[in-house]
Amino acid sequence: MIFKFANPLRFQKFVSKYQPTLLYLSLIFLVCGLFFSFFNSPPDYMQGETVRIMYIHVPCAWFSLMIYSLIAICSLFSIVFKHTLADIISRASAPIGASFTLATLITGSIWGKPTWGTWWVWDARLTSELILFFIYLGLILITTSYEDKSKGDRYASILAVVGIVNLPIIKWSVDWWNTLHQPASISKLSSPSIDQSMLTPLFIMTISFLFFFVSVLLMRIKAEIIQRKIDVIRFNRVD
Amino acid sequence: MKPKNKRLLTLIAFVTMTSLGFTILLVSLRENLIFFYSPTEVFEKTFDSNKKIRVGGMVKKKSVEKKIKEIDGRKLEEITFIITDYNKEILILYVGILPDLFKEGQGVVVEGMIKNPGVFNATNVLAKHDENYMPPEIKDIKTIKENSNGI
Repeated sequence: MIFKFANPLRFQKFVSKYQPTLLYLSLIFLVCGLFFSFFNSPPDYMQGETVRIMYIHVPCAWFSLMIYSLIAICSLFSIVFKHTLADIISRASAPIGASFTLATLITGSIWGKPTWGTWWVWDARLTSELILFFIYLGLILITTSYEDKSKGDRYASILAVVGIVNLPIIKWSVDWWNTLHQPASISKLSSPSIDQSMLTPLFIMTISFLFFFVSVLLMRIKAEIIQRKIDVIRFNRVD
Repeated sequence: MKPKNKRLLTLIAFVTMTSLGFTILLVSLRENLIFFYSPTEVFEKTFDSNKKIRVGGMVKKKSVEKKIKEIDGRKLEEITFIITDYNKEILILYVGILPDLFKEGQGVVVEGMIKNPGVFNATNVLAKHDENYMPPEIKDIKTIKENSNGI
């Protein structure tokens, strides 16, 4: 199935046909999720209404890590097999991942002021998430600063592989060190320490963000394929 | 060896070395990576009385005392409370505004210096939020249950 879509022409047709649907689905879930977040969920016993920031902050944080994992896998794949599709996916994902990371940092900061009493502290969780943002910026810079795209892709994939070490640090920083940030409320091994009424909006928002990510990613991959075709045509004309 | 396999081997070696390097780095930097010390750690170590440190723990129940004090003609609230990790306790002295989530029995991180022995002069108080999220009604039910179990 992967090879069926690896054909660029078939892939472009697929994107043109289904990408708008994915974007609409994301919008529908977003409206629904925001309704639940603002009107159909209770305030927290400690934080009060501030808890509603979580419904944006937490999915953004999840996607900042998940998109990086995707880039990391593609980079490993690209280094070993030298497949251009893997490079294109990494290139297309990096700015989306950077945006989710920035949204995580900003919403977290807005939440931190009323809850902790500070906008920012240099604890392990916040610092490692900031480093993730800088790694994303590095990836974007490297991929865009070389005339020869394959060169940029190669260097970016090396940075992405080095950056993998940051992922477990972000994930487990709250367990390894004393941090101001609280430990995870949702984990696979135990029942979540978030009430069901608050989990519903969180999951609807996550699904909305997932559709948003996939639709934007597909659109960016399509644009990148077309861009590369134009580059080839230009290169041939100069010759 | 095929070039593909060679690249794979190099990559595995590279990733292993990088993660090993970072692990060594993180383990040796452990002291600098923690955001706060627990009261037990504060008693075990000796700190420079001019160096700012952070101590975190639970605000001991019924330990918070507030009184209005006049400093430089301004009326300020002087707050004293005890931070505990259920092993050791530290008395905190703080003049200023507390964050909204500061409550007895809740987590807190204070920043400041140990001036006199046994008293921690805090310059900054941060509330620590735990990982539990629930509506107020459910919290009430839970406390009632806990109290009835206690009796």
